[in-house]
Amino acid sequence: MAAVRTSTERALNRLAIVCVLIVTLIFLAPIYWIASTAFKPRELATSVPPTVLFEPEITPFVKLFVRRSQLREPVAPEVYDEAPWWEKLVYDDGERLVRSGRTGEVQLSGYPDRFLNSLIVATISTILAVGMGTFTAYGFSRFKVKGESDLLFFILSTRMLPPIVVAIPMFLMYRAVGLNDTHAGLIILYTAFNLSFSVWLMKGFIDEIPREYEEAALVDGYTRMQAFFKIVLPEAATGIAATAVFCFITAWNEYAFALILTNREAQTAPPFIPSQVGSGLPDWTVIAAGTFLFLLPVAIFTFLLRNHLLRGMSFGAIRK
Amino acid sequence: MTQIELRGVEKFFGEVQVIRNLDLFIDHNEFIVMLGPSGCGKTTTLRAIAGLETIDRGDILIDGKVVQHLKAADRDIAFVFQSFSLYPHMTVYENIAFPLRATRQSKAQVDLAVRQVAEILQITPLLSRRPSALSGGDMQRVAIGRALVRSPKALLMDEPIGALDAKLREEMRAEIKRLHMKQGSTTIYVTHDQVEAMSLADRVVIMHEGVLQQVGTPEEVYSRPANLFVAQFVGSPVMNIAEAHVAEEHGEARVRMAGAEQGFSFPRDLLGRLPAGSAGNGIALGIRPEGIAVEREPREGFLPVEARIIEPLGSHDIVDLQVGSQMLRARTKSGFVPRPGERVWARIDPVQAHFFDTQSGRSLGVRL
Ligand SMILES: Nc1ncnc2c1ncn2[C@@H]1O[C@H](COP(=O)(O)OP(=O)(O)OP(=O)(O)O)[C@@H](O)[C@H]1O
Ligand SMILES: [Mg+2]
Repeated sequence: MAAVRTSTERALNRLAIVCVLIVTLIFLAPIYWIASTAFKPRELATSVPPTVLFEPEITPFVKLFVRRSQLREPVAPEVYDEAPWWEKLVYDDGERLVRSGRTGEVQLSGYPDRFLNSLIVATISTILAVGMGTFTAYGFSRFKVKGESDLLFFILSTRMLPPIVVAIPMFLMYRAVGLNDTHAGLIILYTAFNLSFSVWLMKGFIDEIPREYEEAALVDGYTRMQAFFKIVLPEAATGIAATAVFCFITAWNEYAFALILTNREAQTAPPFIPSQVGSGLPDWTVIAAGTFLFLLPVAIFTFLLRNHLLRGMSFGAIRK
Repeated sequence: MTQIELRGVEKFFGEVQVIRNLDLFIDHNEFIVMLGPSGCGKTTTLRAIAGLETIDRGDILIDGKVVQHLKAADRDIAFVFQSFSLYPHMTVYENIAFPLRATRQSKAQVDLAVRQVAEILQITPLLSRRPSALSGGDMQRVAIGRALVRSPKALLMDEPIGALDAKLREEMRAEIKRLHMKQGSTTIYVTHDQVEAMSLADRVVIMHEGVLQQVGTPEEVYSRPANLFVAQFVGSPVMNIAEAHVAEEHGEARVRMAGAEQGFSFPRDLLGRLPAGSAGNGIALGIRPEGIAVEREPREGFLPVEARIIEPLGSHDIVDLQVGSQMLRARTKSGFVPRPGERVWARIDPVQAHFFDTQSGRSLGVRL
């Protein structure tokens, strides 16, 4: 079929490919910008016009993970020679490590903790949202639920308001119950936020799975629970993967609530990274390094699930 | 060795009654075929027996025990769905082994059982494949294998070969029959294809709009239909049904079609056998196309009629004959009546005639 093509079709096809390429480039440009800045020497980060060719260095990443301060005077050569390679990189940039007073241990910056917080909050809330969403969707899909469409609409309606509208009430409520600046607080919030989405998406996927699969398992001697875990879950894997990616991205990238509801203990990376711009001359390379690392988990997660995602996007249209 | 019995089973979907007062007894190792037009409640009945659907009234008994409150898993019945419903994420082997994994059997036992079933169904080479890589017929075999592997009390099949093409259907029909003769388990088989029903069934159960119409051997439902519905549903081409009056003339019975001047002659016996009053009031006469003899010359006992339409079917022709206001379809040798519009002579074979009450549609039970 594809072999027989008119020349117009071929031209249109080329045009489409060119358009896709252009759009892809536009989308990739900021990511390239961040990634390249993360590896630039400090003085090139803000050069005009932008430097494209440069010798990449990992100084920004070293600086990202440690606490530093400005060198008032050059380091003594013998101290410099003693220092490990990564400390030298910091000295080279005219800064020094902050060490704790008595033990002299290197102090880490706030970044690793925030990154870990992001991982904890996004992972747990994704598992909760997708898990509960799948069960709920299964119930709606397979059983007669009184007022099913009303309930489903109600679930969706939680998404009809810009979430930030409820930020102040949320802040007050969280403060009242002591959820401010806790992992649990953010996890509950993100789970609730993703749940409606997860229910709707999973219902679509589960509706696609023929009931007969489970019924066959039921007559073959399995309980409904067993049928759910042995038949429905594997069949819904594609949908679960797609839903999980969306939920994870939402939770991972959330900025406003994380900014308002957390400050130290449970702060996630999104509000932390811009706070490093600080006063004085911002070190854009360090910020870019932080952002670059922040992009990686989502990229990896999406990459690992790419096969499921591609099938998931077609919403079971080609399943059979 | 299982008996299944339904007693006064009723089922509603909301306001709609899908099964009406259904009584049915199925004996050990019987092969029962449920036959009926689309939407008559066959699937629902089958699902009710399997435990996938609740019933609103009546009892379902398996081996004398009431089971309608039991879960599907506890009824020990296997079900083959029309869609086969093989699990796409499992290989053929795993699909067949799946029912056994619900039981406490050892790996070796499961393996032995799976391989035995695969051997019987000749699907051993397919065991490691995924269902998506199977042909329709093979999917069907695997589905049956999955049903048979745990030696269930009874096997229920819902149009198991309805989705296959004609040739494959014929092959699978023979295979299912062979399998039943070998394994001999109580089987209920649903179809709306009467050829399937006739060739497979020990007894046929004919349903229409949720009501049981007739239960009997294929021979019985064909030659002694209990009512007009069965008469017209079973057999191809369809049995002729014509409005007729019966009267006595010259010492024999005459069956005159509505709108016709003369009647076909029948033995005098008929008059006495028809229920009082029905003869004059009119009855419905049923005659299969092969029960009408056609001649091109006038003959004793034949009535002149006009041939209207001729359908050549290769081995024979179906000729539509105008008799009064009624149209009767007769089966003739091919090319016997050369042209539509021709005058021919026809006779109804009294032995093959059926008589029905016009009001109730029920058979009057008169055979000559
Ligand atoms: N879950 C349901 N809810 C409501 N009505 C239903 C349901 N299942 C079946 N019905 C209705 O019940 C009637 C009988 O359905 P059933 O599936 O038993 O028919 P069938 O004889 O198997 O037909 P077919 O030959 O088309 O498979 C139909 O009118 C159908 O629309
Ligand atoms: Mg059906």
